[in-house]
Amino acid sequence: MALTGIQIYKLLPQTNCKECGFPTCLAFAMKLAAKQVELSACPYVSEESKKQLAESSAPPIRLVTLKGVDVEAKAGNEICLYRHEKTFYHKPGLFIRVRASDPDLAKKVAAADAYKVNYVGIELTIDGFAVVADSDLATAIQTIRSISKRPLILIGDPAALQAGLAACRGETPLLYAADASNADPMAELAKSHPAALAVKAESLEALADLTQRIQAKGVQDMVLDLDGNTLGEWLVRSTQVRRLALKNFRPLGYPVLAFPCDAKDEAIAAAQAIAKYAGFIVLNEFKPELLYPLLVLRENIYTDPQKPIQVQPGLYEINQPKPDSPVLVTTNFSITYFSVANEVEGSGLPAWLVVTDAEGMSVLTAWAAGKFDAERIAKAVKTFNVASKVTRKRLVIPGHVAVLSGELEAELPDWEIRVGPREAVDLPAFMKQALN
Amino acid sequence: MPLEIPKDKWPGSVRTVTLGAAAAEGGTRTKTVTIGGQTAMPYLHFEASPPHPPAVAVEIKSRPPEDWSPLLLEAWGELVNDPAAWAKKAEEIGADLIVLALTLADRPEEAVNVVQSVLRATGVPLIVWGPGQAEKDNELLVPVAEAAKGERLVLGICEDKNYRTIVAAAMANGHLVQARTPMDVNLSKQLNILISDMGMPKDRIIMDPTTGALGYGIEYGYSVMERLRLAALQGDAMTQSPMIVTPGFEAWKTKEAKVGSGVPEAWGDWKERSVNWETITAITLLESGADIVVLRYPESVARVKQAIQELMTA
Repeated sequence: MALTGIQIYKLLPQTNCKECGFPTCLAFAMKLAAKQVELSACPYVSEESKKQLAESSAPPIRLVTLKGVDVEAKAGNEICLYRHEKTFYHKPGLFIRVRASDPDLAKKVAAADAYKVNYVGIELTIDGFAVVADSDLATAIQTIRSISKRPLILIGDPAALQAGLAACRGETPLLYAADASNADPMAELAKSHPAALAVKAESLEALADLTQRIQAKGVQDMVLDLDGNTLGEWLVRSTQVRRLALKNFRPLGYPVLAFPCDAKDEAIAAAQAIAKYAGFIVLNEFKPELLYPLLVLRENIYTDPQKPIQVQPGLYEINQPKPDSPVLVTTNFSITYFSVANEVEGSGLPAWLVVTDAEGMSVLTAWAAGKFDAERIAKAVKTFNVASKVTRKRLVIPGHVAVLSGELEAELPDWEIRVGPREAVDLPAFMKQALN
Repeated sequence: MPLEIPKDKWPGSVRTVTLGAAAAEGGTRTKTVTIGGQTAMPYLHFEASPPHPPAVAVEIKSRPPEDWSPLLLEAWGELVNDPAAWAKKAEEIGADLIVLALTLADRPEEAVNVVQSVLRATGVPLIVWGPGQAEKDNELLVPVAEAAKGERLVLGICEDKNYRTIVAAAMANGHLVQARTPMDVNLSKQLNILISDMGMPKDRIIMDPTTGALGYGIEYGYSVMERLRLAALQGDAMTQSPMIVTPGFEAWKTKEAKVGSGVPEAWGDWKERSVNWETITAITLLESGADIVVLRYPESVARVKQAIQELMTA
């Protein structure tokens, strides 16, 4: 039975030492009850309390960390079925499948490893490689390690994996996979390295039996392969695992591994895996035209619905603006930014867009809260050095904050302040008609 | 060990709605489409399989689209000049429904003609959108509703500003309506209430909760749809309408899909990326409860239909 924050508090030292990172033992207890921290963060909890708290303090889905060389990929610690109930915490790692026998291994790894794509000011990358041991694994790992530091999933039989593990000392790869036939040697490998272990079975019942058997051998970090053949089958299993785990059913309280690389439509299967609870996702090959939309979907699904999504404040260029293109101003609430950027982009008209730090609020809300005033706008224009980019100093503010224009003229004396439309959708017409 | 899978038992269900009318019901459709009826969250077959698959609609326009991506124009070719032939082709490649979007340039008699020619060319049910300006919507949709009386068209897009005339025209002529609100559970409920209060039977309302494309606010649409569907299953009658969303329109508005040059190299191949953008937007929304997805690109239609088939079997 899960304990409440108050019940947990009674078992803590109650000294408010703050060493766990929280201001009071009660605050820490509340976080424990919400399964957002681990008990091990408290250095002074008694053995007796530890035992009592073990059940309630463990997150329903174990946090599994794969480690490369100084680079990690984490999955687990999730606490809900629908993102609006709280949020999804650990974005599923995207791993690119490569083959040890591939003569182009180094080239392929280099291309995927170097991949970076910018989305609303965030740099997105892949998380690691899944290496199929279809020839000497140790050699392949050495090749990969000469290029990439990212975590690995190693796919092969126990003998091949053993040879491969010798080449990644100090790392925590994920071994794929233990099934009913090889659970003992695989568990042995995972335990001695130590590594995380993927577990696979034809039904959830068999899977639960197997994880318990492996846990009894001393392996804690497991990942589940659900082995669903169709989108519908996989969705059902993934949902069942998440439901059971959230009800504290420990044998299935592990992150899920998905292989859209083997599905009929990789993009669709990967999208489902991202939305529906996968912790690690293996893709068939490195393809930017697939990776980019998947990385964006992952950002979207894993944004905290209770915090407004913000874009990086800064000066954004739309349609290759020139020094005489107009300068538009908006806030850094993502939907506000997107509305404005989309309309202007769609119109084909070049413009500079100053995104001010309004703490993620929309124009009217930010204005009402004092987060989008003349001072802040002026500060943004100066901080982002807008004057150096343009010859015509013409600033368009949203129609909803027309009232700011006077103050803004005082703050930015050498700028012409123009009041734009209230709604982003009217921007293209405004730019065509009013800004020439 | 035997596992007891936790199952949700819901008191409510999604309303069953049929689009299109065959000759026996006073229309001319050779196929009708029934959606809704779910008693569980999307595709959770272990609780209850959805009684009807979601439908894929293809959006066409009454006049050649001016602002569509060159990829879309290339895919449909000359067909964009002939709405009837365009609709026929869309039906051939698997569209369960046609969305015909009228434009500001259409005169009422032209709108009636194009609707009738599309109806003659196809056997699937038809959704007709006005151009989205209240006055013009009324001017075009009223004669269309009268001319296609009994066809069980879906007329749209009803928003809080313009729903009255469209709803009245749909009620008088045996059609359905699409009720759109901007990504908010309460606004969806409210518009449903306003439309029902006019006397529109509830099984002739389809909710359009609006969505953003992938990368442009899809997470809002996604969660609003999940919340609407949960509310429907909990028994809230004003959220029990099936949901229509427009991933085609949203995805093809994005720079990622629309533009092929002057974009980062990290975005990859233009065409594949664009189709992925539309397809992934659509599939994500299906996972959160969409009953109709409106698409634009032929290949996306095939991919989404294949996915629906897989989602319907478990």
